[in-house]
Amino acid sequence: MAEIAIKGVAKRFGGFTALHQVDLAIADQEFMVLLGASGCGKTTLLRIVAGLETPSQGEVWIGGRRVDHLPPRERGIAMVFQNYAVFPHLTVFENIAFGLRMKKLPQADVERRVNRTAELMHIEQLLKRYSGQLSGGQRQRVAVARALAMEPDVILMDEPLSNLDALLRLEMRAELKGVLAASKTTTIYVTHDQVEAMSLADRIAVMHQGRIVQAASPVEVYRNPAARFVGSFIGNPPMNFIPATKTGNGSWSVAGLTLPGPKSDKQRIEFAIRPEDVDAGSEGLHATVRVIEPLGPHTLVTCDVEGGLFRAILESNASVKVGEQLRLAPKADRIRWFDPETTNAL
Amino acid sequence: MHGKALPYLLLMPATLFLCVFFLYPFVLVAFEAVTRDGAFTLDNFRTMAGSWKFPVTVRNTLLLAAIVVPIQLVMALLMASVVSQLETGRSAALYIFAIPLGISDLAAGLIWLAIFDQSGFLNTLLSHLGVVDRRIMFLGYQSKLTIFIAVALAEIWRATAIMMVIIVAGMGLIPKEYYEAAEVFGAGPWKRFVRITLPLLRPSLQTAIILRVILAFEVFAVVAALGGTNLPVLMGETYNWQFTLQDRNVAAASALLILAISIGFTLFFLRVLRVPKEARI
Repeated sequence: MAEIAIKGVAKRFGGFTALHQVDLAIADQEFMVLLGASGCGKTTLLRIVAGLETPSQGEVWIGGRRVDHLPPRERGIAMVFQNYAVFPHLTVFENIAFGLRMKKLPQADVERRVNRTAELMHIEQLLKRYSGQLSGGQRQRVAVARALAMEPDVILMDEPLSNLDALLRLEMRAELKGVLAASKTTTIYVTHDQVEAMSLADRIAVMHQGRIVQAASPVEVYRNPAARFVGSFIGNPPMNFIPATKTGNGSWSVAGLTLPGPKSDKQRIEFAIRPEDVDAGSEGLHATVRVIEPLGPHTLVTCDVEGGLFRAILESNASVKVGEQLRLAPKADRIRWFDPETTNAL
Repeated sequence: MHGKALPYLLLMPATLFLCVFFLYPFVLVAFEAVTRDGAFTLDNFRTMAGSWKFPVTVRNTLLLAAIVVPIQLVMALLMASVVSQLETGRSAALYIFAIPLGISDLAAGLIWLAIFDQSGFLNTLLSHLGVVDRRIMFLGYQSKLTIFIAVALAEIWRATAIMMVIIVAGMGLIPKEYYEAAEVFGAGPWKRFVRITLPLLRPSLQTAIILRVILAFEVFAVVAALGGTNLPVLMGETYNWQFTLQDRNVAAASALLILAISIGFTLFFLRVLRVPKEARI
């Protein structure tokens, strides 16, 4: 059992606050992805869990044990680094065996574990090679094998796929998911790639400016963003936002359309909808078509709505022309509302 | 101008300079070493080896190198580790450690002479503290061991910094991620030093050790200042043959012997501390 609890963890570098009082609970064997743009604090948070960085305040618990005062080696973790950190002076075998040798495991156990994890990562034919003789993808496999060989309670991964080319990344992503699920470890995985996050995670913690904005399942994060940032960061193309003006109690005017919405004493809030959640029809938001991009399975149409950009994903057989006036009807159950001041969902 | 010829052309003056002022004299010296009165002979080497002082000089030189270099290596590694981990004041520490580098070996010898001399600092200190009644003659011809220790101390003081500077530069080349990986995978500070720093530092250690060993076999001025002729070393004997005994042929043979020893040790350390191409950073 290795659940992780991050309690009120903050990190300041001089005058700069990298993390503001972050709280996060990760269940045993859960695959948690920390997602955010560069500089949002996700790597700092991971390094604090690893023990490579000391929190300015707060506590880190792993498996019911407080670990924030312990060195990394006493935390029952293994880590995969962004640049792999495969030791250049050791063979692949000795790289994978490194942690086991530090634990002073008998040679027979070391060999058994190294061979097993090497087989799992399909690198058994590379065991005698050095890092300099490996491709990026192979080094990545060695780094993962080295972590798995430890049979750790927790595996921490810092953008492990970001240095691979697109095709390899796709392949490794699927493989990682399978291997990590089978290993029954708790995983924290840092990435800035939302597709990677969506496809791997049990839960995603979206981070922004040193805070966790939302921690929920990938589908929940996508469909019900807790804040404007989540909606604009996740999804490609991102969510559309249009100012809404109050016309009555719980009734809002949005680009020529009157919609039922939250009861609020504010005069202006924001209406939000995903590009795929609109239909072109006779009723709806008044939109002028600017750009049409046929993408095969569907067509991406960029329009002007109330002077702002609005992207709609329409069926690929929809016949629209540039300059045409469209009516885009939002699906009622997919509309989200945000408070423009707090940027939180209403 | 053809682009391919240009680099060679630019290297030409330096190459010519080295040929005229280094290679040519070297060939002359080598020639002198194996001839006497124009005839080829190995007598010069026989004369050199036959001298009663020869075994003592070889023993003193090797012993000095064998004691001084390992101590310097350990100290340089220790100092470099400390300096590398400093967050502030790193360059200040480097400059201070490197001060002896700016002093010539004869000056270094004289400084230590001023310490160990009968009227030197050490004697003054000891008599003021009341430890001794009479000033002690540390460097007299009867106290060979003290002379040896004084020379070793002066050499360590003078030439450890050069090793440290090379090692600090080498440590700076090791990516931080390797240490973090080692730390996560269970290595404490000592294990990280032995399993990561030392192996990855091999190219720098090679340079530092070779440089230092060659210099150790050329030790001369420090010994001359502190021991005079009481602690004969190879370089001192070469000087003796050339200037006191006025025999340039034997002096040349002696110089060639020092060169041979230096080349031998260089090849040894190149081999032992070799890093296979595939295992480099």
